[in-house]
Amino acid sequence: MTIPISYYLILSAIVFLTGVVGVLIRRNIIAILLSVELMLNATNINFVAFSDHLQDLGGQVFVFFTLTVAAAEVAVGLAIIIALHRSRSTINVEEFNLLKW
Amino acid sequence: MSQLFFGYFAGMIAITSILVVALRNPVYSALSLLVMFFHVAGLFVTLHAEFLAAVQIIVYAGAILVLYLFVVMILNVTQDDRYHSQWRIAGVVCIPLFIESMLLLSGGAGAVKTGSPSLQSEPHDAITTDNTLAIGKTLFSTYLFPFEVASLVLLVAMIGAIVLAKRDIGDTNA
Repeated sequence: MTIPISYYLILSAIVFLTGVVGVLIRRNIIAILLSVELMLNATNINFVAFSDHLQDLGGQVFVFFTLTVAAAEVAVGLAIIIALHRSRSTINVEEFNLLKW
Repeated sequence: MSQLFFGYFAGMIAITSILVVALRNPVYSALSLLVMFFHVAGLFVTLHAEFLAAVQIIVYAGAILVLYLFVVMILNVTQDDRYHSQWRIAGVVCIPLFIESMLLLSGGAGAVKTGSPSLQSEPHDAITTDNTLAIGKTLFSTYLFPFEVASLVLLVAMIGAIVLAKRDIGDTNA
């Protein structure tokens, strides 16, 4: 008894939309980066589900590359957060208006 | 039996991912994200991706989340008092997307099932019993060039993180 692929797609859609909502409504910049991790994990679930469904290993290899990009994103993003905190002593995104017109 | 496992893992993933966004304290958000990573790893095991499940736990739960908690502790973040004022825009963006995806999935479920046999009949790198061996062979033969590019991405990210996070030279001299 196998699970239909559409169940995995629904689960992935729920997690991805939760991530999008988190990026839009949270004001803490660390919480925003955590929501980005949610979205990356939603794509990972999709990749692995289709890899099992189509019996193709390419999906699992792409999850590998997604992990690499997520690690790089976390390293650079947290370094930017530390630099911002050093110059403004806050991590609230509403305080950062340097690039606004 | 497999449906029972899928229901448990999917329910926990959905609940904890909503908790990540809903909880005000960043430490609690990070910890519920940890629970979510473990359940995603369990879902990978049910999908015959044992190596990726191990990598998910080691890299995400072991490295990335520790880095997050480290920065939360360094910056001594207090909790949010309220959400961003953009929540109306978030609702306008996400509710139509959610309805649209549900409609597509309910309408297109039959199309996915009919389309799958033609895709399955093509020759692929088949998922064998030894998952790690198969991934290693695919990664170092078919995807060798993207693998090297990924290592370059990691190198650039490492240098960038060091350059961004270190203090200015004038500060250290003073």
